[in-house]
Amino acid sequence: MKWVKTIFSSDYGMLGVLVLLCAFFSWITFEEQQPEGKDAADSLNQSIRQDFNEPGRVLIAGRKTDSGQAFTAHLRELLSAAGWEIAGVVEGGPPELGQGLRLAFDHNQRLDVLACEQSFVNLAVLQNFRNSELKKSDFAVMSPDSSSWPNFLKSSNLLNVANQIAVIAILAIGMTLVIITAGIDLSVGSLIAVSAVLATWVIREWFGGDEATVGGMIAGCGLAILACSVLGLFSGSMIAFFGVPPFVATLGMMMVGSGLAYMLSGGLSIYQLPQSFDWLGRGDDIVGIPNAVVLMVVLYLLAHTIMSRTTVGRYIYAVGGNPEAARLSGVPVKKILLWVYASCGALAGLGGVIMASQFKSGDPKYGLMYELYVIAAVVVGGTSLSGGRGKVFGTLIGAFIIAVIQNGMNLTGVQSYTQKVVLGIVLLLAVLLDMFKKRGWRMTS
Amino acid sequence: MTIESKYLLKLRGIDKRFPGVHALKSVDFELSGGECVALLGENGAGKSTLIKIIGGAHQTDSGSITVKGVVQRWIKPTDSLDAGVAIIYQEFNLVPGLSAAENVFLGIEPENYGWVRRGEENAKVQEVFKRIGADINPDALCDSLTVAEKQLVEIAKALVRDARILVMDEPSAVLTKKEVEQLYLLIDDLKQKGIGIVYVSHRLEEVERVADRAIVMRDGARVGELSKEDLDRAKIIEMMVGRKLENEFPQETRSPGRVRLRATKLNRGQKVKNISFDVRMGEILALTGLVGAGRTETVRLLFGADQKDSGVVELDGQVLELGKPSDAIEVGICLLTEDRKDQGLVLGQSVRDNFGLPNLKKFSNKGWIDASSEAHSFNSYIKKLQIKVSGHEQLASQLSGGNQQKVVLAKWLERNAEILIFDEPTRGIDVGAKFEIYQWMNQLAKAGKGIIMISSELPEILGMSDRILVMKEGELMGELTNGPNVTQETLMSLAIGEKIEHAA
Repeated sequence: MKWVKTIFSSDYGMLGVLVLLCAFFSWITFEEQQPEGKDAADSLNQSIRQDFNEPGRVLIAGRKTDSGQAFTAHLRELLSAAGWEIAGVVEGGPPELGQGLRLAFDHNQRLDVLACEQSFVNLAVLQNFRNSELKKSDFAVMSPDSSSWPNFLKSSNLLNVANQIAVIAILAIGMTLVIITAGIDLSVGSLIAVSAVLATWVIREWFGGDEATVGGMIAGCGLAILACSVLGLFSGSMIAFFGVPPFVATLGMMMVGSGLAYMLSGGLSIYQLPQSFDWLGRGDDIVGIPNAVVLMVVLYLLAHTIMSRTTVGRYIYAVGGNPEAARLSGVPVKKILLWVYASCGALAGLGGVIMASQFKSGDPKYGLMYELYVIAAVVVGGTSLSGGRGKVFGTLIGAFIIAVIQNGMNLTGVQSYTQKVVLGIVLLLAVLLDMFKKRGWRMTS
Repeated sequence: MTIESKYLLKLRGIDKRFPGVHALKSVDFELSGGECVALLGENGAGKSTLIKIIGGAHQTDSGSITVKGVVQRWIKPTDSLDAGVAIIYQEFNLVPGLSAAENVFLGIEPENYGWVRRGEENAKVQEVFKRIGADINPDALCDSLTVAEKQLVEIAKALVRDARILVMDEPSAVLTKKEVEQLYLLIDDLKQKGIGIVYVSHRLEEVERVADRAIVMRDGARVGELSKEDLDRAKIIEMMVGRKLENEFPQETRSPGRVRLRATKLNRGQKVKNISFDVRMGEILALTGLVGAGRTETVRLLFGADQKDSGVVELDGQVLELGKPSDAIEVGICLLTEDRKDQGLVLGQSVRDNFGLPNLKKFSNKGWIDASSEAHSFNSYIKKLQIKVSGHEQLASQLSGGNQQKVVLAKWLERNAEILIFDEPTRGIDVGAKFEIYQWMNQLAKAGKGIIMISSELPEILGMSDRILVMKEGELMGELTNGPNVTQETLMSLAIGEKIEHAA
C-alpha cells in the first residue's frame, strides 16, 4: 500500500490513473482491425510483390468511399510503378465487381490477381463468377492482412479524444488559477455562450457574415474574448474589492452571461459565417493534429511557465495559500485576484470561439454545464479546493481522465446516463483522495 | 466506586507537553464546592492549557483528574461536561443565528420524536435566567445580545447541564464596571448553591474581591497558593514573575542615535488610543503589556497592515502614507508577525518561495523569476542565520518554530529593512534559537537599524531593550529607560494598571 500512497501524494499522481484507464480501455476494445485507405494499399502491395516474382495483370477493387478510393488509387499507382498491368479499377459494390471481372476477361485475357478490400473477399458475386466461368477463374484473390489492435488506441480515436476535450481543457487552465487562489468560477460555461454568440454576431453584423474576411473573423473573435475577460474582471473586482464570496459573485455572472447570450442572439443560432470559419475547430494543419489541440498544448506550456517561472505565478500560489501572509509580505493580493479572474474569463472566451468554430455557428445554448466538467477536471487533476496547491499539468491530466472515461464508455457502448454516474463517482473519489492526502492518510484530522 | 472526597475537583500531577514546549509540569489543583479559586499567572504560564485540560479539550500526558472522588477519563470535550464541569471561554461558544433559549439547550433539547418541546424549553430557560438574574428575552437572537448577556447565556447553558464546577477564563475582560459588579454577585450566589468556581484573571483587584483562594502558576508549574487573608498585590506579583534573571541574553552596550521612526498620536478604534513614541537609530524599543493591550494593533498601523483613524508616522523626517503593507515595505519597515503560521508564512509553500515572496522584484526581470539568483541569495542566508532546512523545496510547515522565524527574518533582511518590528519574536521557540535571534537583534541594532520588539516575556524585555513602552487597554501607560531600577514588578504593575509614576 505504501507505494500507492507515494504515487498519489506526488503532484502528478493522477497520471498513473490515466495510464491505467488507457490500459483498461485498450484491453477491452482490443479487436481485429482492417487496415484502410493508403495503409491498406501499402500492405497489400507488399504481399502481392512477395507472392509474385514477376509482374502480372491485376484487377483492383475498393468501395466507393473516401478510404476505398484512397486504397484503389494508391494501390494502382504502386503496382503500375512496379510494372504490373492494371486490368481495371472497380469502385463500388457487388454489381460493379461482377462487371469489372467480366471486362477484365474480355478478349480472352488472363488475370493473375484480384486485389481488393477485405469486404470483397466473401462476396457471392465472386463465388458465382468462379463457378460459372471455371476456365478463367484461376486468379488469386488478395486483400490486405488484418491485424489486432485496440479501437481505443487508434490514432484517429486518440486525436478524437484530444479534440473533444480541448475546449474543456483550455477553460480548465483558467479555472486552475482561480481555484489555486482558493476561489471558484461558475460563470465559465455561460461565458462560452457569450463568446460564441458575440463572435458570430459581430462577424454577421459588422463584417458581412459569410462574406467576412480573415481579418473580420479575427476581429470578431478577439472582441468576444476581450468581452469575456472584462466580465471575468468584473467578477474579480466583486471578489477583490468587496469581499463577495467567489461562489456567489460568479454565480451571478453565470446568470448574467447566459442572459446576455440569449439577448444578443435572440435565442437563435447564428450561422452566417464564411466556410473558413471552422479552421480553428476542425482544421488540422500540423501533421494531422487538430488546431484546437495544438492551441491547447501551447496554452498549457505557457500557463505552466507562468505558474512556475514568473512572479505572478508565485503570487497566485501565495494568495491562495495564505492571503494575510501574502499581503503582509507586500504581495498585491487584489491585483492578483483581478488578473486571475480576467484570465479565466478570457480563456472561457477562447473556448467559446473554438466551440463556435467547431459547430460553425454561435448558439446561446453552448457551454451549458461546462463549468461543472471544468471544475471536475481541475479537482481530478489534484488541485486543492482550499487553495494554494495545484499544478496546471495536473489539470491537463484530469481533463484527459474525464475524456478517456467518456470516450472509453462510448466505444464500449455504455449509455450516456450511466456515463454521468461514473463521472460523478470519479469526481468524488478524486476529492476523497485530496482529503486523505492533506490529512496524511488518516480517516479524520 | 464513590469515595467521599472533600474536593469537588482534584487534579494531581498534571503533565502536558506540546512539540517543543513543556506546557504543564506536574500541576496539582483542587477545588471544593462553594468555593471560588483564582488561577493566576503571566501569559504563557500554563493557565489556558490547564483549563483546557479541565474542560476536556486537551488530554493530560500523565496525572489524574478526580471529580467528587471519581477518577475521570475524558476522551472528548463533552465528557467533562457530562461529569459536571463547564468552561466559559473568553470566546463564547454560541451560535449567533440561534436564539438565547436555543443556545442554552443546544444539543440537549427536550424533544418528542425530534419535535422540540418549545414550551418546556422556554419555561426552563426563563427559570434559569431568573435564577442568575439575567434579564434576557429567550427569543432574542444571540447576535443581538451584548457581551455581558452572552456571558450570562453561557452560564445558563452550564447550569441547565447541571454543572457543579464552573471555570471562567478572564470573564471580566469584556465587561463594563457595572457588569463586573453584577458578575460578582452572581458568583457569590452560585457559591451559595455549592458550585465551585475557577476564576482566571489578570486583574488582581478583582481577585482580591471575588476569590477565596488563589493558585499561582509560572512556567507551567504551580508555584504557590495564597489564602484569602494573604491575597496581597505585591505578593502575587512577586510570585507571578519570581523567576531569576539568568544569563540568557547576549549583553551589548549600545548608544542609540537620532530618531528614525516617529509615531504621533496614533488612533484606531478602542485598541489604539493616542499613542506617540519614537524609535532611534541603533535602538531596541520594547513594547509590552498584557495580551490584548493593543500592542500588535499599534505596530500594524506602522506597517500599513491596518489603517489608522488618525495620527502621523514619519521615517527620517518624511511623513509616510501607509495604505497597504507594500507601502511600508517599500520604505524599509518590516513586521515579523506574532503568528508565524497564520500571518508570517505561507505554510504550504517551500521555504525558498516564502523567502522570495517580498523580494521577487529584486529576483526578477520583467516578471520572469531569476531562480538562480534567488537560490544563491537564499543559500547565503541559510549559512548566515544557520537555518536548518533539508533543502530549498522543504515546506515551511515542516520547520521548527525557530527555523520558521529565521526564514521570516531572512526574507526581511534581504529586503534591507531599516525598521524591524518583532512581534513576540521568541514565542514557541526553543532556547538555543532564542539566543541566536537575540544576537541578530543586537547585531541589527548595531548596524543602525531601528528595532521595535513586542514581548510579554518580562525577562526578555529587561534583557534586550533600551527603552520600554507599557500599554494597557489601548493606552500608553508609561515609558521607561531600561536600567537597574526597572524591574519586572515595575512593568507588571504598569501593565495591570497601577499608575505608579516611575521617573525614568
